[in-house]
Amino acid sequence: MRQNPMKAELSAPAPAKEERQSHILRLYIAGQTPKSMSAFSNLKKICEDYLPGRYQIQVVDLVINPQMAREDQILAIPTLVRKLPLPECKIIGDLSNTERVLIGLGLLPRK
Amino acid sequence: MRKPGTVKARTQLPKSPTGIQGLDEITGGGLPKGRPTLICGGAGCGKTLLAMEFLVRGATQFNEPGVFMAFEETARDLTKNVASLGFNLKDLAAQKKIVLDFVYFDGDEIEQAGEYDLEGLFIRLGHAIDSIGAKRVVLDTIESLFSGLPNPGILRAEIRRLFRWLKDRDVTAIITGERGDGALTRQGLEEYVSDCVIVLDHRVSDQVSSRRLRVVKYRGSTHGTNEYPFLIDEDGISVLPVTSLGLQQIASSERVPTGVGRLDAMLGGAGYFRGSSVLVSGTAGTGKTSLAAHFAAAACRRGERALYIAFEESPSQIMRNMLSIGIDLEPWVQKGLLRFQANRPTFAGLEMHLTTIHKAIKAFKPQVVIVDPLTSFISGGIETEVKAMIMRLVDLLKMNETTSLFTSLSLSGGALEQTQVAIASLVDTWLLLRDIEIGGERNRGMYILKSRGMAHSNQIREFLLTAQGVELRDVYVGPSGVLTGSARMVQEAQEQAALMTRNQEVERRQIELERKRTTLEAQVLALRAEFAVQEIASMKIIGQEQAEDAQLAQERTDMGLSRKADTTPYKQKGTSK
Repeated sequence: MRQNPMKAELSAPAPAKEERQSHILRLYIAGQTPKSMSAFSNLKKICEDYLPGRYQIQVVDLVINPQMAREDQILAIPTLVRKLPLPECKIIGDLSNTERVLIGLGLLPRK
Repeated sequence: MRKPGTVKARTQLPKSPTGIQGLDEITGGGLPKGRPTLICGGAGCGKTLLAMEFLVRGATQFNEPGVFMAFEETARDLTKNVASLGFNLKDLAAQKKIVLDFVYFDGDEIEQAGEYDLEGLFIRLGHAIDSIGAKRVVLDTIESLFSGLPNPGILRAEIRRLFRWLKDRDVTAIITGERGDGALTRQGLEEYVSDCVIVLDHRVSDQVSSRRLRVVKYRGSTHGTNEYPFLIDEDGISVLPVTSLGLQQIASSERVPTGVGRLDAMLGGAGYFRGSSVLVSGTAGTGKTSLAAHFAAAACRRGERALYIAFEESPSQIMRNMLSIGIDLEPWVQKGLLRFQANRPTFAGLEMHLTTIHKAIKAFKPQVVIVDPLTSFISGGIETEVKAMIMRLVDLLKMNETTSLFTSLSLSGGALEQTQVAIASLVDTWLLLRDIEIGGERNRGMYILKSRGMAHSNQIREFLLTAQGVELRDVYVGPSGVLTGSARMVQEAQEQAALMTRNQEVERRQIELERKRTTLEAQVLALRAEFAVQEIASMKIIGQEQAEDAQLAQERTDMGLSRKADTTPYKQKGTSK
């Protein structure tokens, strides 16, 4: 993982950049497991492909912040939460199925 | 917890007491410590409540904090729901004794894109456990995950992993599960991975509902396998088992007066044994309740507490009726020595009745319990169930050394020595009240059919209800059989008359004797008086004669002097002068 999870989690979007960062995505992982790693790289790739420059990824490691699991109602790992745009929505799994991720993020219409 | 002599507790695996009335007795000490237990059953059978009570009692009574993870109800709803049972979850949460965690998920909002696991749940649970050092965990109801999360295959594997994980964490866990078709749970999974399975059931028969509990499986431990009725009321759950576990009561040789002096005399002179069970059976209107009221009043007079469980009459009706035979129960009620518990038998199922009686006995601690009439239960259940229940009741009362008196209504026409529920073998003393029809009259008779462990009278007594209470009278056995009522009175009158005649005769003779004595004494007196008169007369004559003699002698001397005789005929007399 290239990004420090703590740092990523704390980096709130600046109001001036709101226009650009239309998508705020939070990825919940539990330790650096293969599933988490692949979820992160899958997410990164999808975002670069479909939301270039308009996204922010926050990574929350529940092993470090276990209380976050309760606060954000997380069960499954990995879970991706679209914080913005509202409404919030959740995608679970290692995000290997790109189509489902796009549907979940609202970038593809539901069939 | 366990009664001695049933199972050797030493060799058993460690157990975590639930603190739920009765459940610890059935399971021999509680749920398997450090292992998961499944509680399953249909909707509304009390799974969540049982799990919650386990947690709350653990936190408050056994110093074992707990985590409640709810998948169906929010923490707020749960707190409110169990507050009605007197559990204050807010306080317990504030004291860090309980953590309530509501797991929210909505299948519609979740998209699955690839493989996942439930590590989030594990971390969440682990964090909750660590935050208060929890020893107990409840997951209610974990299978609802299946409705919210995709890919049942993953879920099944993850739930298995969760059970193992819970074991590794060494927490005593309760997992609740909805009952499925044919299997204990919908997924057919939890019952295999749990070490103990308890099935709850809520069934309705004859429009009366009853809750039951059964321990289906308990790895590494013996357990009661029956279905045990249980009750949910304002104090939580009570399972009702306690008594049917054995016959270990201590038999007291202390005696308790019956309240009817003559009956005490019939029962070896001292009454019932303390802690024994007494059955008073008889047809309608033979005085069963009156006998019961006597017993209750006598107990209160001794300063003991009596519980009167009535199924057919209201307390005020009983008190009014008993006042008519001179038994005033009201002061005892006011003093708190007599408590009535009046319910229609159809008000609840048998178990409910038994449990409420059980609770009343625990709370009131009576020395005497009266159930009037026992036969009313039949309307609320099947005969075998009634018998089982009565057996439990009898056992319960005996274990508490409570003397119990049951009344039982025999149907006229049936055999008198047969009670409807065949409980005769359960009771120690059986009084039979019957009516005797003779000479166009119906009178009450009473006899002791049996009384274990004491010499008792074999006589039939006439049973009278007077303004001063029950009175037992000897009956007369005449040429036409037993005499009661006016026939007895006639007999009594005849005997009285004969007695009177005899008495008069004696009196007459005595008077006669007296008269004779007086007559004779008068005669004696008269004779004595006559004798006295004669005596006086005789004495007079004697005196006169002596005087005459003296006179004669004088005259003779004088004459001699005058004659100047030298010789005196009475020389002696002369010289003596």
